[in-house]
Amino acid sequence: MIYLLLFWEFFKTGLLAVGGGLATLPFLSNMADTTGWFTHSQLADMVAVSESTPGPMGVNMATYVGYTTAGIPGALIATLGLITPSIIVILIIAGFLKSFRDNRFVNSVFLCLRPASTGLIVASGLSVAAMTFFGVSDIASITLDAVKAFDWKALVLAVILLVVTRWIKPTKKLHPIVWILASAVVGVVFSFAGV
Amino acid sequence: MSYLKLFLLFAKIGVMTFGGGYAMLPILQRELVDTRHWATEEELADYFAIGQCTPGIIAVNTATFIGHKRKGISGGIVATLGVVFPSLIIITILAGLITTFADLPFVQNAFAGIRVCVCVLIFNAVVKLWKGAVKSILAFGIFLVVALAATFLNLSPAIYVLITAALGIILEALHAMPGERGKKA
Repeated sequence: MIYLLLFWEFFKTGLLAVGGGLATLPFLSNMADTTGWFTHSQLADMVAVSESTPGPMGVNMATYVGYTTAGIPGALIATLGLITPSIIVILIIAGFLKSFRDNRFVNSVFLCLRPASTGLIVASGLSVAAMTFFGVSDIASITLDAVKAFDWKALVLAVILLVVTRWIKPTKKLHPIVWILASAVVGVVFSFAGV
Repeated sequence: MSYLKLFLLFAKIGVMTFGGGYAMLPILQRELVDTRHWATEEELADYFAIGQCTPGIIAVNTATFIGHKRKGISGGIVATLGVVFPSLIIITILAGLITTFADLPFVQNAFAGIRVCVCVLIFNAVVKLWKGAVKSILAFGIFLVVALAATFLNLSPAIYVLITAALGIILEALHAMPGERGKKA
């Protein structure tokens, strides 16, 4: 049963996630809420691992979630669920792909979908930030206690990372894996989890 | 060309793709255009654009499409299985290791640090996506409404995708779609 559910959840994700990389994140975040298969903090870890290992990010995240939920068969089923809609859709429209791409309705739909997808990723990003800085699962549940528990160490690291990834020329071009590893070291040295 | 070769080629492309589907383009260029002469630069640009304007993961769509071009339906399936194969192996091994050691204090501290980095990486990805996606008042409106709604309501992202797709169709039917006409990604 869990396998069927897993396949269905990833089938939906594969069918409806639009764009590259993080486009699946909002779907996975919603999956964490509705199924309880994994936590938001596990999901953030999966993003980091998926970004720093070979393979398309969306595929890596599906494999990871599948493994976390139901072991090796889960990894396989989630990944197959993710790619099945692509295979079906592409094979169906393969005959008239060129006219599909030039179709004004298709263009118009994607002009609307891209900003929507960006908005969805912003919302998921905010919930990762709420968890990282306030220790709560989403923006709406930030309470006064959570504000008092604000993680200043995390903020300092975030500001430094923003500067080196956006504004300093020589470090801007480095692969994200460099910053993920550096953050891991900082996390251990300054015991970010407080253990 | 055999199916095995097609599978291995896309497995190789899968291994060399780090990050999102966009990271795939330079590798496709080298493997398909420069080394194998399977496609011209223009054809590749078309393949890739189609991968972006069909639902689903760009890397997977592009693999299915090129596989289908080369060897029909079974080619599409084989190429797609090839592109996900390395992820299956590598992530399963890593996920197993991480699960085993997740309770060690140093692993917990490391991931607490990494999560901060993930926030910054998501922010950077959003800035990049924003530049490509939000180019009109309408796009900005869609972005804002979806971002706010998805932050404060607990609805499935599928709902936003379906509503926005319907909006695109309606606006186009009413000839009310602003700007950008005929411009391709």
